[in-house]
Amino acid sequence: MPTEDLAVRFDRVTKRYGDQTVLDGLDLEVARGERVTLIGPSGSGKTTILRLLMTLERVTDGVIHVAGQPFSHMPGRAGGKLVPASERHLAVRRRRIGMVFQQFNLFPHMSVLENVVEAPVHVLGESRDEAGRRARELLDLVGLADKVDARPTRLSGGQQQRVAIARALAMRPEILLLDEVTSALDPELVAEVLDVLRDVARRTDITLLCVTHEMGFARDVSDRILMFDRGRIVESGPAAELLDSPVEERTRAFLGSVR
Amino acid sequence: MADFLTELRRALPRLAEGLLVTVEATVLGAALALLLAYTLGLLSRSARRPVRGAARVVVEFFRGTSLYVQLFWLFFALPMVGFRLEPLACAVLALGLNFGAYGSEVVRGAVAAVPRAQTEAAVALGMGPVLRLRRVVLPQAHALMVAPFKNLLIQLLKATPLLSLVTVPDLTFQIDQLRSATGSTAASYLLLLGLYFGMAVVLSLLMNALERAAKARLSDQVGSGSGGRRRGSRGGGGSQGGAMASDDNAARRGAGRREPDMIRKTGPEARPGQERTV
Amino acid sequence: MWDGEAAWAALPVVLEGFGVTLVATVLAFAVAMVLGLALALVQRAGPRWLALPLRGAAGFVRSTPLLVQLFAAWVLVPGLDAPTLGVLVLGVHYATYLSEVYRTGIDSVPRAQWEACTALSLPRRRVWRAVVLPQAVRNVLPPLGNYAVSMFKETPLLSVITVREMVHEANTFGSTHFAYLESFTLAAAVFLLASWPTSVLIRRLEARLAH
Repeated sequence: MPTEDLAVRFDRVTKRYGDQTVLDGLDLEVARGERVTLIGPSGSGKTTILRLLMTLERVTDGVIHVAGQPFSHMPGRAGGKLVPASERHLAVRRRRIGMVFQQFNLFPHMSVLENVVEAPVHVLGESRDEAGRRARELLDLVGLADKVDARPTRLSGGQQQRVAIARALAMRPEILLLDEVTSALDPELVAEVLDVLRDVARRTDITLLCVTHEMGFARDVSDRILMFDRGRIVESGPAAELLDSPVEERTRAFLGSVR
Repeated sequence: MADFLTELRRALPRLAEGLLVTVEATVLGAALALLLAYTLGLLSRSARRPVRGAARVVVEFFRGTSLYVQLFWLFFALPMVGFRLEPLACAVLALGLNFGAYGSEVVRGAVAAVPRAQTEAAVALGMGPVLRLRRVVLPQAHALMVAPFKNLLIQLLKATPLLSLVTVPDLTFQIDQLRSATGSTAASYLLLLGLYFGMAVVLSLLMNALERAAKARLSDQVGSGSGGRRRGSRGGGGSQGGAMASDDNAARRGAGRREPDMIRKTGPEARPGQERTV
Repeated sequence: MWDGEAAWAALPVVLEGFGVTLVATVLAFAVAMVLGLALALVQRAGPRWLALPLRGAAGFVRSTPLLVQLFAAWVLVPGLDAPTLGVLVLGVHYATYLSEVYRTGIDSVPRAQWEACTALSLPRRRVWRAVVLPQAVRNVLPPLGNYAVSMFKETPLLSVITVREMVHEANTFGSTHFAYLESFTLAAAVFLLASWPTSVLIRRLEARLAH
């Protein structure tokens, strides 16, 4: 696949914490508009991939490319070597990427609307009116039009997570990272969040990278599922194929344990 | 006793002047301390090691050398190297440096106590370091700072009688004059202690109000009659409210409806003057 | 500017004052620890007619300046020499802080511990001595240490009632030899050298007790 059609490319990416290797020379390509779900046992490195892409962690070795450009490193080389990205480089590049967290991480000192408006106004420099109008549209999309003035702490977990989705979308990301977005929710609140995400997937051509234990959701939205174990991809394939007839023993064992 | 009261009435204008000087030193000292507390507190969390190290050394220096030594040094020793400061300036400077160093620990601790996830969320929204600090971290840290700042402010107020030791005509100085004029030692000192107690109470009440406002901004508990529910008031993160069902919200909408407006008034733009008070 | 000879001459004087400062701190802190504990216990377990006025008095002492309290005691309490009086006033003042430290320490012992004692029908004295206080000590040690350091740095106030502690001696030396710069700088250095390591030790202790 030509590189400019790739949203994300991991080139032999390694991530270590101390002497613990979380990702081990990982190669990974995600096409523009593709929906990819990462599954696997906890500690297998799925979340680390999202956190590396969001620049919340730095790679130990290897290079991450986003939209055909070096992302974890500076575009040029100095003395034939790649230079790790400066904070300024990252600040510009990471705007293409949005993330929804397991624990929502809404700003408790701002109202729902302020949460959604904050970054478009202060990062993208949109006018308050413009950002506010769009924020209301997005909150309407996630079914919370009547909660614009509420405080996040007053909302249920499902509602908070839907606000977090609207907040991420307000930045018009090309790539959206979903990090176990339903894991912190009570079981009866999971569906409302997943419905919103299915809706987002249907209406936009956003590139999705998703870590989840909800196999039904993975089947619905994913073009491709990657099975991870110990920092490596064990198996990958179209959603239905991998879920219905996994080849690898470890995939079968894992799918058996989550069903 | 009657003598004392007559004398006291005569001395009232001078006492008022002294009180004003004491209040002035408290306010200026606290303002300087607050400025230093923020500067040193934020610098000591810098990513750059030399910056962090320098801030730590300054803080430890002004914490480790007694306030009294600092004051006397500024008053007696500094003129010997050719700088003579007004006595009141010496006092304000000493108070500001000493309490600023203690305050920087408060700022540092409060900023560190804001959950890391909040910073990560801000990073994910493309916010740079300054914006993150200004819009996300500090507003939440403020709520944690008010209570310890209150203690420091009272300590600072209680240190102001030192002014009289470096010839500043403050409240203590004026009341001491009254004491020697009347010979009523007990009454004079009781009056002085009472006045200080009064000032401490006023400052406490002010800071308590400030703390309630700061907490309310985080947890949406603004004076609501049904404020008994402690939903999400702990921890400060957005994650605690998890289990609240939406029908619960609907049921309370009637009572809670006005609150967003109240918050807006005291909201981020019009942050009630912590800077002014401390 | 800086006069090395004057500084050399000031050093023994300042160090002798430091001895007084140290002794005063140790004695005053002992007073504060005992009195503070008594205050806390009375407020927690004593009769109401005693607990309430004591709480009020402690609040008053805590929120008024130590310097004025020293002045007042100096003029109003006859028959005590300056060092004794200074140690007592300093001790009482800090006792009001320490009683709060003890109180939080006691409150931090879980309710279930009290309930377990009730279930075992332990006598009240035994509950305090064997169960509550030993657990409270853990939470109380670091703040006690911090207050000791902060008392140490407040002892110069005793100079206003003529106690010959370090700052008093530095001041006297400074005025007789016109060497304020040397004498006060030395005093500052001694304070720094004594209080910094102590603070570091307390922070270590705090970190260890936290686990």
